[in-house]
Amino acid sequence: MSNEFEVPSEDELREMTPEQLMIVGAEADGIHITHRRDRFPLRGTKAEKRAERGVAAAFTLAALGGVGFIVAFCAMPWHWHLPGTPQNFRFFNITLGVLLALMLLGMGVGLVLWAKWLMPEEEVIQDRHDDPSSEEDKIMTEGTLITGLADTGLPRRSLILRSLGLAGGAIATVPLVALVGGMIKKPGNALVETLYKPNKRLFPESGGRVPLVYDDWRRVSPDDLEPGGIATVFPGVHKEIDGVNGVTSASSPTLLIRLRPGQKVQARKGQASFGWPANNPEYVAFSKICTHAGCPASLYEQQTTRLLCPCHQSQFEVLEDAKPVFGPATRSLPKLPLDVVTGADGAQYFVARSDYVEPIGPGFWNRK
Amino acid sequence: MTSGTPRRSDQPRTPQGKVGKFFDERLTLAGPMRKQLNKVFPDHWSFMMGEIALYSFIILLLTGTYLTFFFDPSMAEVVYHGRYVPMQGITMSKAYESTLNISFDVRGGLIVRQIHHWAALLFLAAMLIHMFRVFFTGAFRKPRELNWLIGLGLIALGIIEGFAGYSLPDDLLSGTGLRIADAIMLSIPIIGTWVAFLIFGGPFPGDVIIGRFYIAHVLLIPAILAALIGAHLALVVRQKHTQFAQAGHTEHQVSGERVYPLYAAKAGGFFFIVFGVCAALGGLAQINPVWLYGPYNPAQVSSGSQPDWYMMFLDGSTRLMPSWEIRLWGYDLPPLFWPTVVLPGILFTLAGIYPFLEAKMTKDTKKHNLLQRPRDVPVRTSLGAMAITFYMVLFLSGGNDLIAKAFDISLNAMTWGGRIALIILPPLAYLLTYRVCLGLQRHDREVLEHGLETGIIKLLPHGEFIEVHQPLGPTDEHGHGQLSYAGTPVPKRMSQLGAASPLKHIRGFFYPVKEKPEIQAQLDELEAAEVQERDTEHVLESSAAGSTHTGED
Repeated sequence: MSNEFEVPSEDELREMTPEQLMIVGAEADGIHITHRRDRFPLRGTKAEKRAERGVAAAFTLAALGGVGFIVAFCAMPWHWHLPGTPQNFRFFNITLGVLLALMLLGMGVGLVLWAKWLMPEEEVIQDRHDDPSSEEDKIMTEGTLITGLADTGLPRRSLILRSLGLAGGAIATVPLVALVGGMIKKPGNALVETLYKPNKRLFPESGGRVPLVYDDWRRVSPDDLEPGGIATVFPGVHKEIDGVNGVTSASSPTLLIRLRPGQKVQARKGQASFGWPANNPEYVAFSKICTHAGCPASLYEQQTTRLLCPCHQSQFEVLEDAKPVFGPATRSLPKLPLDVVTGADGAQYFVARSDYVEPIGPGFWNRK
Repeated sequence: MTSGTPRRSDQPRTPQGKVGKFFDERLTLAGPMRKQLNKVFPDHWSFMMGEIALYSFIILLLTGTYLTFFFDPSMAEVVYHGRYVPMQGITMSKAYESTLNISFDVRGGLIVRQIHHWAALLFLAAMLIHMFRVFFTGAFRKPRELNWLIGLGLIALGIIEGFAGYSLPDDLLSGTGLRIADAIMLSIPIIGTWVAFLIFGGPFPGDVIIGRFYIAHVLLIPAILAALIGAHLALVVRQKHTQFAQAGHTEHQVSGERVYPLYAAKAGGFFFIVFGVCAALGGLAQINPVWLYGPYNPAQVSSGSQPDWYMMFLDGSTRLMPSWEIRLWGYDLPPLFWPTVVLPGILFTLAGIYPFLEAKMTKDTKKHNLLQRPRDVPVRTSLGAMAITFYMVLFLSGGNDLIAKAFDISLNAMTWGGRIALIILPPLAYLLTYRVCLGLQRHDREVLEHGLETGIIKLLPHGEFIEVHQPLGPTDEHGHGQLSYAGTPVPKRMSQLGAASPLKHIRGFFYPVKEKPEIQAQLDELEAAEVQERDTEHVLESSAAGSTHTGED
């Protein structure tokens, strides 16, 4: 429709009111104002004044909210204090939120009401012009593209084409290699070994076997646990390797469980002697790292002797050597071979006879 | 509005005119600017979802920039000495310490942190609901398939951005999430181990991941998001909005209000309203209280460890996955791989190809600018309902431990219930939705044919009771309506036909507005004139429509 519309002459336009010019200008762009109505054709009616006051009230509230925010921000107590002491700091965040919301909502509601109550209502139709390009345009553009390509000579200069392809490939690959190459780390044995690996130099007293410790580095003694009790223990390796030590390494956490009298663990093949005492285990230790997604499987139900991982609810039956019995986990929690040695001070403490015999934690492609 | 003005001169005299002249002489703005100021936006509430998404993105940029002034993305260990007494003396990463500082030692820091988190939740939610709107109304059809794909990219990136963001505080909850992310990477066949070591710079957790996630969260992903949002909006401007079918709406035009001033005021106002709601949430509703979780420690986890809502469906799919591990030639394919890598891959691929698939199946090569009512496309609507049901089962399963606890149900029963529901409920949702769509279609036809129920019961002379029906238009000799269905809402209540509604004509909220008698008289006169004009127009319109109307159904 805009094609049919003829823009009036400059002289005619200069005689028009702004509103007429707006309508003509819209029409020139294919925008047709089909309905336009002043919401208050009579100026100064009570209804109009009320609408105006409403909008102004919203803006005023916004201003008040802003002022209130600044006052509250500067004047209100906000330092956290322990329960039992004055707790009025707790109102700080709430007050800020309410006043900020008042400011923003006042502004927003004011603008919307202004448009809905006071600005003239209108219905406007705009032509879409979303037809595909004209045939002429398409043909000419096609010719332009073909000519440009012919000008480069690429279609017949295959030598340039191929070498350009190689250069482009190099330019695309080099940043990738530089970034990825810089970030690459060889997994090596990191997923297979833990800090329980015996170390003669660090622990000569126990023949290199790594002592079990609590997270405060106290050694774990067989007397610490009540029957049915459970403790999270770690390899007592103080030395920092890559920023982690025995307590902070993610592969370390181990659950030491003292069975109740009469409870027997049905050991997996070759792991019957991993508990302590070896012939009739009262203590067993499993990796705490879930073999599914690596969360600590830390909820132990004494009654059902099940370990539950709270992330995806895999459940492991302790009496069956932490075999997965429910949920998405597929592998038993690896079992740590235990032993007890007597220290120079005469105190008994747990050690790991060797590292875990299988990788702990979530599965991975080349896990043996 | 038509007061006479003096003849315009060709030289600007006002300051505004001079500014305009300055820019026009350099940029030739007058024409293009007028066209943009007059651009027409359709007005429908469901179109606000995309706006909410856009505005929450802006809020995220604003509050996020604030947070960078105080946050330290370092995993170096420090001992906490801040104002939050219960944490004093505890060793933690600088990232966690600075998050505590934002919450307790920066005046007003907590509210900005909370607004940021709420806006992130809102951003994802608004995008998803916007996507539903676009899907169910067929707005994704040609020519808008490209924008559908960009939108999907925005949702996928938004999820990654959100995950990276809530991982930054390095608290116990987010650290657990990172641990799972590491396990997911490890589960990828062949390259998994190398990918995980590349991202984490060694075995989990290493000491670089927070710094890397930080730069991804504040620069890389937001830059891509901003570029995609720009492209998304540019396509909307280029292709113009869709609109619902109604009298006067055609495929070749778009109806609504112009940007300047109506739409600009409404949209600008709406931005502040969205911001205001986020501010209220940030002040009144606690979100992610990391000081209650403690610093990350690989040996600890708390029960009820739920991620932010947009990750819940992946958590749910992981929980429902049976313990199927595949071993091939001595290599391992962990069960984690399917629900966290393959499943989202399939979901996004299906969503991505849907517009093309639907066009192919329905052999539809036309452009569509008018939206469809969901009931009129029962297959698509039912597929959508099926997808949402599938998603909801996964979503709820992500919190199945909380549900089990709240309703005292066995956790294992919840898991099995989820597994069964995931298979059974989506087809049921399909069937149910299909029936509902057909029922609604039939009711539309029925009202068009027999008219509306008026609620008036008439006793005929021979004793029969009948209900009086109000036809919607002209009827034939049997009293059947002659209007055919045109894809627009059919009135279902007498009040929608303008039947008496006592409240409608009283103006004023607290008390009615009473104008002075002489002013009221003038107003009545104006209104009468308007009504008369409208009626004349209506007669003209309907006679015109009657001549062109064909019985397309």
